[in-house]
Amino acid sequence: MPRVGLFIPCYVDQFYPEVGLATVDLLHRYGCDTDYPTAQTCCGQPMANTGCVEQAAPLARRFVEIFAQYDYVVCPSGSCTAMVRHHYEEYFHGDATYARLRERVFELTEFLVDVLGVQRVEGSFPYRVGLHQSCHGLRELRLARSSETVGPAFNKTRQLLESLDGIEFAELTRPDECCGFGGTFAVNEEAVSCMMGLDRVHDHLQAGTQVLTSNDMSCLMHLDGLIRRQGQPIRVMHVAEILAGRAVEPLPKRHA
Amino acid sequence: MAEELTVVDHPRAAAKFVRDDARAHWHDQALWFVRVKRDRMAQSLPEWETLRAKAAEIKAHTVGHLAEYLEQFERQATALGAKVHWAADAAEHNQIVLDILQRHGVKQVAKSKSMLTEECHLNPFLERHGITVVDTDLGEWIVQLRGEPPSHIVLPAIHIKKEEVGELFHRKLGTEAGATDPKYLTEAARYKLRQVFLESQAGITGVNFAIAETGGIVVCTNEGNADLGVSLPKLHIACMGIEKLIPRAADLGVFLRLLARSATGQPITTYSSHFHGPAPSGELHIVLVDNGRSSILGNDDYRRSLHCIRCGACMNTCPVYRRSGGHSYGATVPGPIGSILNPARDPGRYATLPYACSLCGSCTDVCPVKINLHEQLLTWRRDIAAAGKLSWSKQAAMKAAAFVLARPGLYRLAGKVARFSLRHLPRLLLYGPWNPWGRQRELPRAPRRSFREQYARRPKP
Amino acid sequence: MSSKEKILAAIRRQSPARPPLPSLDEAWIQYPDVQAQFAAALASVGGQVVEAASLADAASVIGQLPPMEQAAKIVCTVPGLPLGNCVLDDVPDPHLLADVDVAIVAGRFGVAENGAVWVEAGHLRHRAVCFICQHLVLVMPRGEIVHNMHQAYQRLTFTRAEYGVFISGPSKTADIEQSLVIGAHGARSLTVALVAGWEGQLSAAAQE
Repeated sequence: MPRVGLFIPCYVDQFYPEVGLATVDLLHRYGCDTDYPTAQTCCGQPMANTGCVEQAAPLARRFVEIFAQYDYVVCPSGSCTAMVRHHYEEYFHGDATYARLRERVFELTEFLVDVLGVQRVEGSFPYRVGLHQSCHGLRELRLARSSETVGPAFNKTRQLLESLDGIEFAELTRPDECCGFGGTFAVNEEAVSCMMGLDRVHDHLQAGTQVLTSNDMSCLMHLDGLIRRQGQPIRVMHVAEILAGRAVEPLPKRHA
Repeated sequence: MAEELTVVDHPRAAAKFVRDDARAHWHDQALWFVRVKRDRMAQSLPEWETLRAKAAEIKAHTVGHLAEYLEQFERQATALGAKVHWAADAAEHNQIVLDILQRHGVKQVAKSKSMLTEECHLNPFLERHGITVVDTDLGEWIVQLRGEPPSHIVLPAIHIKKEEVGELFHRKLGTEAGATDPKYLTEAARYKLRQVFLESQAGITGVNFAIAETGGIVVCTNEGNADLGVSLPKLHIACMGIEKLIPRAADLGVFLRLLARSATGQPITTYSSHFHGPAPSGELHIVLVDNGRSSILGNDDYRRSLHCIRCGACMNTCPVYRRSGGHSYGATVPGPIGSILNPARDPGRYATLPYACSLCGSCTDVCPVKINLHEQLLTWRRDIAAAGKLSWSKQAAMKAAAFVLARPGLYRLAGKVARFSLRHLPRLLLYGPWNPWGRQRELPRAPRRSFREQYARRPKP
Repeated sequence: MSSKEKILAAIRRQSPARPPLPSLDEAWIQYPDVQAQFAAALASVGGQVVEAASLADAASVIGQLPPMEQAAKIVCTVPGLPLGNCVLDDVPDPHLLADVDVAIVAGRFGVAENGAVWVEAGHLRHRAVCFICQHLVLVMPRGEIVHNMHQAYQRLTFTRAEYGVFISGPSKTADIEQSLVIGAHGARSLTVALVAGWEGQLSAAAQE
C-alpha cells in the first residue's frame, strides 16, 4: 500500500476542506494510505509569482523537509503541483532530496491515471459538466493537450470524469482559455481578471454548464465569486468532489 | 521623447480599456478570431511541433554564433553590391538612415512595416529633418494619420473601428462622409498611396530574415507595399535588428512555414521577397542595429527572447492583451514578448508589464520559435523585486504572508481569524473599497473547520 | 572603435551556449495530388489556377481571362506568348508602368502547401511590373510543383545579385477590422497558368 503524503494547498485547507476530504476518500478507494503532515502550510507560490523569491525560498525548503519521507505526494491542485515540480529548482540547484521528491509529486487526477492506472471511476453524475482546464495543470503538467499545440488529443481529467454514468460535457467555444485568476493577478489587475472570468462564465452559460469543475479550486474560487455575485445558475465543484461521488448542492431558491 | 519619461501603469490603462465593455469584447473577439485561424493552420501540418523545435534550434544556434554570422552576412551582402552599416543604438541608426537619404536628396520616403524603425523612433527623427515618411502598410498608415503608435506588431490598427477609419479618411482623404465599408476605404487608401509610391525617392523596409550564407534579406508582406516601395525608386534602405540573422537559405523553409501561419493564419504571406544585392543601377543599404540586443544575449534567462520572429501570435492569444489593448503597454512591442523586451530596456518604466499576465502559458505554447515567454515573465518579476522596483504595499504583503506561512501555529490562527471574519463580519466591512477582490466577486464561503481539523477528527479507517 | 567592432566585441564578450545547427532532413508533408493541393491552396488565398495544353493554348486561355478583356496596357515577358502590347525593355523608367492593367510573367515553380509561386525578376528590366500591375498572371510549366517549402529551397541557390519572390495569391489586407480586402497595393487578382508540354522560361541563373 503506497504511503501518500497529502499536499493540501493552504487556501483549500482553510476555505475548501471538502475538496481535501474528497481527495482523501478517492485515494483510499484506490488503495492508498494517506498521511497529512500538519507542519505544512503553503508551497510559496504566491510569493514566487510576485517575484519575492527570498520569501518563497524558506517555504520551499520547509516543503521539501516535510514531504521528503513519502512514497508519493498528491495534491488536488495543478498549480501548486506545478510550483513544486517546475519552479523549485532555483531554490535547490540539483539537491538530491528535492530531485527525488520532484519525481514523486503528483496532481490528483494524473496520480490516479498515470501512477495508479485508474481507467474508470465507478459512480454516476447525471449533470452537464463544464470542465475548466486550469492553465498550470494544462500547460505545465500537461494533464491534457492544449489547444495551441498539435498532436494526439488526450485529457486525463476528462477521461476520468467521462467514465461516470450519466455525465455530459458542455462544449465551450474557447476550450482552454484562462479564467483570469492568476494568483495576485486577480487583485493586481482586477479589471482584466474579472472580465476574463466573466467571459469564461458566459461561455459556460451558453454551453449549458450545470456544474463547473476544475483541477484547481483557485480558478473555481474566482469563477464562483463572479457566479454568486451575478446569481448565475451554475454550481461549482472540484473534480475530486465529483469523482468521490459528492452530491451537488442545490442552487439557491430563485434558480430552482 | 515625452512618453519615455512616465512610468507605465498597466493595471490603470487596462481598467480604462475594460470600462468600455462592448469595445473591449470587440477587440478580444477580433484577436481571438486570428488565433482560431492560426490554430486551423497549425493543425493542418502534422509536423507543426517538429517545425517549432527546428526553428528554436536554428535560432539558439544562430544566437550562439552571432558574431561569425554577422561577419559572414556582411561579407556576402557586400559581395553582392549591398552596403552594410552598423548601428550600436537607435540614435546611430537614425543618423545613418538620414545621411543616406540626404546624400540622395530624398524628400519623401515610402516605408513598409518595420518594428525596428518604430523602436528607434525613426519617423519623428526624419520628419524633424524635413523628410516626409509615409508608412505604406495600410494599418500603419491609419495609425500614422491618427498620430498614434501601432497597437500590435502585425495588426497595427486592430484597436480601431471601421467607423473611425471612415471618419479619418473622410477628414484626410475626402472619402464620403459616413462610409465604413472596408473595401471602399482600402480602395481609397490604394489610390492615395499609389501616388506616394510614385512620388517617393526612396523605400525603407524592415527585414524578416537575413541569410548569413548568401548575404540576402527576406521581407514578407501581404499588401505588396514593401516591393512596390523599393522597386520604383533607386534607393532601398533595409533596417534590421542583429537577431534577424539565420545561417542558411534552407532555414527559410522552416521560418516561412511558421511565420504567416502563426501571425495571421495564412499558409504564407502573399509576398515573400528575397533581395540579394541592389536592383540593377540601384542601391541597397542594410543597417544592422544592436540597440540593447547584445546585452540580452549574455543573459541566460532572457536570451531566448532574441529568437522572436515578430509574428504577434503571443499577442493574439494573450487573454490580457486582448482585453487591455496594445497601447496599455506603453511600448513599441506590446503583449507577452513586449513585456519581456521592454523591461530589459528600462525596468523602472516597464515594471508593471511582467505582472500584466496571469501566467497561463498560452503564449509559450503558441510561440512558433518556442520562447518560454511565461517563464521569462516570471523571471522578470524576480528581477524587478530584486531591483526594489516592487511597490511597497506588495513587498509588505508578501513579507507578512511569508512570515505567517513559515509558522504553522500562526498560520492556523490566521486561518481561523480569516474564516471567522468571513462568516461573521458585516458585508459592509468585508466589501469596502480596500477589497479589490470583492468589487465584482464574492469572497469564499468560509467553513467552520479547516481541512486539517476535520482530517484529524475523522474516524480512522 | 567603430560601431561594428563595438557590437561584435559586445557579442563575443557574452559567449552564450553554442548548440549545433539542426539538420532539416525530416519527413515533411507530402500530398497525394500536388497539383490539386496547389490549386486548393491558391484558391484559399484568393488566387486561381487555369490549365493549358500547350503554350499556344495558354495564349488563348489567358487571353480569355476577364482582366484581359478590358485591359488597355498589357506587359507580357514570357517568350512565345504574344499577349502584350507594351515591351518592358522599351520602358525607360518603372514609374511609367503605373497604368499597366495586366502583367504576364513566368513563374519557375509552385509550392503545393501554400499556393506560392517562385518568381525570379532578375531578368526583368523592371521588377516593379509584378507589383504595380492591376492584375498578375504567372505562367508556369505544369509539372513544376513541389510539396513543401523545404523542397522549394532545395531548388533555389542564391549565388548572384538577383531578386526573387514567392507570390501566393493577390495582394490583400485585413487591416480594417480584420475584414479581408483583396487588392491592397499590388495586384487585384492572381492567376497561375499551368502549361503542359512547356519547359518554362529557364531561370536567369540556369541560363548562364
